[in-house]
Amino acid sequence: MQTQGMSGYPDERRQMAGQAVDTLEDARGVGLAQRESRAVRRAMGLGWFSVALGLAEIVAPAAVAAIAGARIRPQTLSTLRLLGVRELVSGLGILSKTRPDVWLWSRVAGDAMDLALLGKTLASPKSEHARTMTSIASVLGVTALDVWSAIECSREERGLAEPDGIHVLSAITVNRPREEVYRYWRDLEHLPTFMAHLESVTMQENGRSKWVANGPMGLPIEWEAEIVADQPNENLAWRSCEGSDVPNQGSVRFLDAPGGRGTEVRVELAYDPPAGALGAAVAKLFGAEPAQGIAGDLRRFKQVIETGEVLHSDASIHKGMHPARPSRSSTPMSTSTSSTSATRNESTGSERSGSRQEGQVTR
Amino acid sequence: MKANCWMKKKTVEVQDVPEPQILNARDAIVRVTSTAICGSDLHLYNGFVPTMERGDVLGHEFMGEVMEVGPGVTNLSVGDRVVVPFPIACGSCLACQEGNYSLCENSNPNAWMASTMWGRSPAGIFGYSHLLGGFAGGQAEYVRVPFADVGPLKIPAGLTDEQVLFLSDIFPTGYMGAEMCNIKPGDVIAVWGAGPVGQFAIASARMLGAERVIAIDRLPYRLRMATERAGATETINYEKEDVQETLNALTGGRGPDACIDAVGLEAHGHGPMFAYDRTKQALMLQPDRPTALRQAIMACKNGGVVSVIGVYGGFIDKFPMGTIVNRSLTIRSGQCHVQRYMRPLLQRIESGQIDPSFVVTHRLPLAEAARGFEMFLNKHDNCEKVVLKAA
Repeated sequence: MQTQGMSGYPDERRQMAGQAVDTLEDARGVGLAQRESRAVRRAMGLGWFSVALGLAEIVAPAAVAAIAGARIRPQTLSTLRLLGVRELVSGLGILSKTRPDVWLWSRVAGDAMDLALLGKTLASPKSEHARTMTSIASVLGVTALDVWSAIECSREERGLAEPDGIHVLSAITVNRPREEVYRYWRDLEHLPTFMAHLESVTMQENGRSKWVANGPMGLPIEWEAEIVADQPNENLAWRSCEGSDVPNQGSVRFLDAPGGRGTEVRVELAYDPPAGALGAAVAKLFGAEPAQGIAGDLRRFKQVIETGEVLHSDASIHKGMHPARPSRSSTPMSTSTSSTSATRNESTGSERSGSRQEGQVTR
Repeated sequence: MKANCWMKKKTVEVQDVPEPQILNARDAIVRVTSTAICGSDLHLYNGFVPTMERGDVLGHEFMGEVMEVGPGVTNLSVGDRVVVPFPIACGSCLACQEGNYSLCENSNPNAWMASTMWGRSPAGIFGYSHLLGGFAGGQAEYVRVPFADVGPLKIPAGLTDEQVLFLSDIFPTGYMGAEMCNIKPGDVIAVWGAGPVGQFAIASARMLGAERVIAIDRLPYRLRMATERAGATETINYEKEDVQETLNALTGGRGPDACIDAVGLEAHGHGPMFAYDRTKQALMLQPDRPTALRQAIMACKNGGVVSVIGVYGGFIDKFPMGTIVNRSLTIRSGQCHVQRYMRPLLQRIESGQIDPSFVVTHRLPLAEAARGFEMFLNKHDNCEKVVLKAA
């Protein structure tokens, strides 16, 4: 299957949600799967080349100098070692897959440096001209490849800022029978319990459901969705109805985990955010934040099924960063539940009274 | 309430913070009576653990009285005296059901952070960075305990706080370190580090039937405690003697049957640091930091076990994989699955086989937590273990 970046999966993949179920089988691995583009794979090749050349320059500078036709002097060897370090850093940078475009441009700069040094070598009467010329030709070839790759990766990086389609895959294992896991998900009104971006899902009389998501800047995004595939205990697929602002579709598949390890839940979501600023904001909302992404949603789904609710910590209950300490403003558990506590003596009672407030049902 | 907060590298401060509230149905609020400073708190103190934030409440070794329970907690009552295990565990995921509580799949709300750093996430831990959940810790007057129906252990009357407090971490951690050694009659066990965890590893190795236990450290007062209180049969001061030679001499050239690393190292970061580390590795520039672990691996007898209970957080250089493969060594490790060990170890305390309070050298009020950290870090006044009295 053709694999492409997040920014442009083929049109046919956007069609039926039913097909989305099948494409799960194409996913390489699980987690927030993003397909690797050809440009990125080519960059990886250059990354490994950098690492190999860098190591050679560090470990065997004399051999490298001989190939380049340079006279072997102590300064030459230490220069080559430094160049080796530069190659290694660029190479590892590319292989880290964080902004390969930037690292590729660092390779281009390195190529320029190498060409300058080779030019200097050529000017030296003591170099072996034929070998140096061959080296210059090879470096020019690699430079062309570097420039091309860097341009392609830069273009792709820019593309990600305004994606025209987001497609995510994720999976988790839940320690419960398939029937129970399916049943919980099948009631779509449960989805906002664990899907961070959803405000509510309401079933309507026509069999469709109304979805409200927390949009950017407090702007709610609404759409109607319909179930397009439903095989009890096996899979479920839904998709937004015609005319939605944010066309989207999702599917979930339930499989027995081997050896009685519960149920494997595999989810695939696709969104088509509109163009422009709203689109970029929506894209960020649905796809870019790991904590808000589908992997986090699935972790919370597992928590709800296995432990009864989404677990909070003193920090996680807040939006954004907050130190791991109790706070007065945190929203405690829902008011429908109650807790029991000690009758405190005068002094501790007054000490603790400050935190007993909104939403906390006591005694 | 008063709570000991991490402010920045090398600075903790007891501050007034709001009291904890029930946030989930299976929570309890515990009024802390005793809490301790752990060696692993020093990694936070020294700024080596990423994702700490100014104002985080520290502390993962604590006990106290149940003040309030959520509607999902039916096995605890207000007024119960409990010790709380440091890993937070739900009890219902597969990991918990297999007894691997420190690998609970549901207790880290920031699992994505841990997955980024380690590939997958372990359990959340009280007061131990945002990477491990962002839970307020127990060096405070009150603490919220999630999954209180699973973790806290009720303590019978008649035992003092100091006798049972270390069931929260260091006693089970040392015990698990010894258990992972598969001790058989006649075994000689070497333990690197005679800090509190090392002491309990030594004592546990003896309880599990080790013939001899060799303690390795540089501080005479710690080595003395190892022999006089924990039951070590020999000691090596690595500043005075060559560890490998001495171990060879003490084991007839065989090497210890199992080696326990109760030292750990100050961990490195991730992300850009990873690329940097790999470059350093290639250039062989990385300083020798995991000294104890490498020694333990090199010293261990052919076919032996190296049990790692010291804390490592990131990457280490020059890991001697060759000797592990060629000499059939087994490396075992893990954050302690405390919930698995608390009851049996409480029985050992009740029956008088061990009194864990022997490690305590300093008792301070919670308000003096900063002085406790300073003292423990710098090994002032022969400091081995600091207990903070919160109430």
